Amino acid sequence: MAKKDFELTWKEIPIGAIIHEPGNAAEYCTGDWRSQRPVLDRAKCVKCGICFSFCPEPCIVKDGEGYYVADLYYCKGCGICARECPKDAITMVQEEH
Amino acid sequence: MNTTTATYTATLQKLREAGEVFMPGHRACIGCGEVLAMRQVFKTLGRDTIVACATGCMEIISSPFPTTNWDIPWIHALFENTAAVAAGIESGLGAMKRKGRGPAQEVTVVAMGGDGSTFDIGLQALSGALERGHNFIYVCFDNEGYMNTGIQRSSATPYGATTTTSPHGKNSIGQTTQKKDMPLIALAHHIPYVATATPAHPTDLARKVRKARDIKGPAFLHVFSPCPTGWGTDADLAIELCRLAVETGVFPLGECVYGKYELTKYVKELRPIRDYLRLQRRFRHLPDDIIDQIQDNVREHYEVVKRKCGIIGSAAD
Amino acid sequence: MARRVGAEGSFAVAEAVRLADVDVVAAYPITPQTHIVERLSEMVASGELDANYIYVESEHSAISACLGAAAVGARTFTSTAGQGLELMHEVLYLTSSMRLPVVMAVADRALSGPLNVWGDHSDAMAVRDTGWIQYVAENAQEAHDLTLCAFRIGEDPQVLFPVMVHMDGFHVSHVVEPYFMFEKGELGDFLPPPKYPYPLDPNRPVTMGAFAPPAVYAECRKAQDTAIKETYGTIVKVWEEFGRRFGRQYKPVETYKTEDADTILVAIGSFNQMASVAVDNLRAGGRKVGLVRIRLWRPFPVQAFREAVQAAKNVIVFERSMTYGGTTGPVCAEVKSALYGTLHQPRVMNFIGGLGGRDMSPRQFEAMFDRAREIAEKNLEIGYETIGVRG
Repeated sequence: MAKKDFELTWKEIPIGAIIHEPGNAAEYCTGDWRSQRPVLDRAKCVKCGICFSFCPEPCIVKDGEGYYVADLYYCKGCGICARECPKDAITMVQEEH
Repeated sequence: MNTTTATYTATLQKLREAGEVFMPGHRACIGCGEVLAMRQVFKTLGRDTIVACATGCMEIISSPFPTTNWDIPWIHALFENTAAVAAGIESGLGAMKRKGRGPAQEVTVVAMGGDGSTFDIGLQALSGALERGHNFIYVCFDNEGYMNTGIQRSSATPYGATTTTSPHGKNSIGQTTQKKDMPLIALAHHIPYVATATPAHPTDLARKVRKARDIKGPAFLHVFSPCPTGWGTDADLAIELCRLAVETGVFPLGECVYGKYELTKYVKELRPIRDYLRLQRRFRHLPDDIIDQIQDNVREHYEVVKRKCGIIGSAAD
Repeated sequence: MARRVGAEGSFAVAEAVRLADVDVVAAYPITPQTHIVERLSEMVASGELDANYIYVESEHSAISACLGAAAVGARTFTSTAGQGLELMHEVLYLTSSMRLPVVMAVADRALSGPLNVWGDHSDAMAVRDTGWIQYVAENAQEAHDLTLCAFRIGEDPQVLFPVMVHMDGFHVSHVVEPYFMFEKGELGDFLPPPKYPYPLDPNRPVTMGAFAPPAVYAECRKAQDTAIKETYGTIVKVWEEFGRRFGRQYKPVETYKTEDADTILVAIGSFNQMASVAVDNLRAGGRKVGLVRIRLWRPFPVQAFREAVQAAKNVIVFERSMTYGGTTGPVCAEVKSALYGTLHQPRVMNFIGGLGGRDMSPRQFEAMFDRAREIAEKNLEIGYETIGVRG
């Protein structure tokens, strides 16, 4: 795991503050942001992939059976997938806290 | 909420296998239309791409030191010099290649910025780069304001929109100027390819991105990027707003290839502008007469675009 | 075998850039640098120089394009002066903090207003804190040699900083002088091919220019500050190697007749040549005076400077820019700061002149030594005085 910014000493700063590890920001859990999450009704899903195309993170990936499911580690709960699904297979459900 | 490290690394692997080059975990707002558009553009371009990015939303949300969401080489310099930095990258690679150095493969050079860094502060550098004919793509992700610094107006902010520096009030309807026609400005530099696109039309966008990549010389892509935060809309409306922008004629979807204009989606019967405006808090204050004025302007402009594309006549044809 | 040629300092710089086989030149013309960029354009057009010349639309874009080119590993060069250097200002900080080895020749010129295209050091002083390695050429030979050294120093893996080579506008850029121009191949391996270690390359993706919140910005700054101080050793080493191989030895601080001098004049730039004539004249008359040239400006050679002036009772700092409301001019402030707290504290006096291309004669340098003697004898407390200004 990369050190957090407040942990780095000046000697650990890479030359030019260049970041050498592509995509290492993906450790950050944006799923903590949401107040609603998408729930997929597999019976209605036709695996068209439109939700996948329109996810801003992107965090929707195919599961073992080819259904597109949002990874809740990242999902911010914007609801675009639910709104755009042509089969209304996705419902946004309030998170309980 | 049950999530584990193991889950997200599996997701990242699947994303990468699917060709994504921009990873999640970024700090874009919930429902951001711009980051979606950006993701689509770079997924199309693939890994053999070098990006020069302007200061702005996309830069800030994707590069908090010591982390980055970028899987491809990416450089952020300043706000107004992106096109110049990209010009340097393109020239540097070209000279190095002649001398037998640098990456073996063909690399696409991309400059990207928001409307702030394209229409306003970075216009000079863009103009210079286009005039010099560098082989690169300039992508403008237009969310119609300086969103990153707090929703201030830019010259891309549409007439009547309220922003923090063009607020509506007793003495003002909000933005009192018309949006600059950036695609036409780009075309005035005699470049081979200019296109408009939105993330709601992903196959159209991908086709245009590929065309921009394959054509020799400068290409300018103007990508409509809804900002729920700045425009005052629900978080799930980015795609709907793109669709409405195209269908009301606010954002014509077209391209110009070697001077030949084409509407890639010709909307025969434009939807009423109110369908688009009513979803956004930034237009909520507008009185009917201003909205009618906007409606007339949009229709007129669409007719001009149609004429350029050789589509004569009205919706009745 | 090096050829003895007669040329302006500008052309000497251009020839050095050609010999360095740069990959990219991105420059915008501004007096008095124009001859550098015109000559380079000619060389590219004729094929003498295989480089991509980017005809940028402003200096801000010039340095930005160089930054982009250096980021992919290209050897890059630019040149500017005065207002152009100021237009580059914010990008200069970025080029150094991103550790990109761009080389820039500056034909030091006065800053507006009023508009003045002639030489002085106000542009150089304005960019003092931008984090570049900065040093000075006083004539065409030095301009040629030091531009070549700049590529070697900047690209050294122990350095990786951009380098600014200053030379006085018009007095060096436009004066035709004899100098020894290197022949191609004569440099041997003094200047190896560029090999920037972390370029933008799809085969090894990096992110450059991330933003650093308060939690980590200070650490980035300290890392950069430490690094530039450490470049001193490499700069000296490269100059020593250059001296060994090619016979001309450059040093961070160079002394002239200072061994038993009770009063030493310190200055930067080509006017040192006038000053050395004044020193000779006064020495002939029995006065014990000497001259110290500051060649390396950043990182400032504190130790070498202290050693150079340690025996003198009086130090006169002559400089060619003002700070408007500062205690002294900027070079004098640096000198006083370097000497403060040391065992030996000479009296330091400051004269500001040669502004906006105003020429100086050896007679005026002699007058500074006379005035210094007067100030010392009368024990006067003076921050700084202008010299050669009417009224």
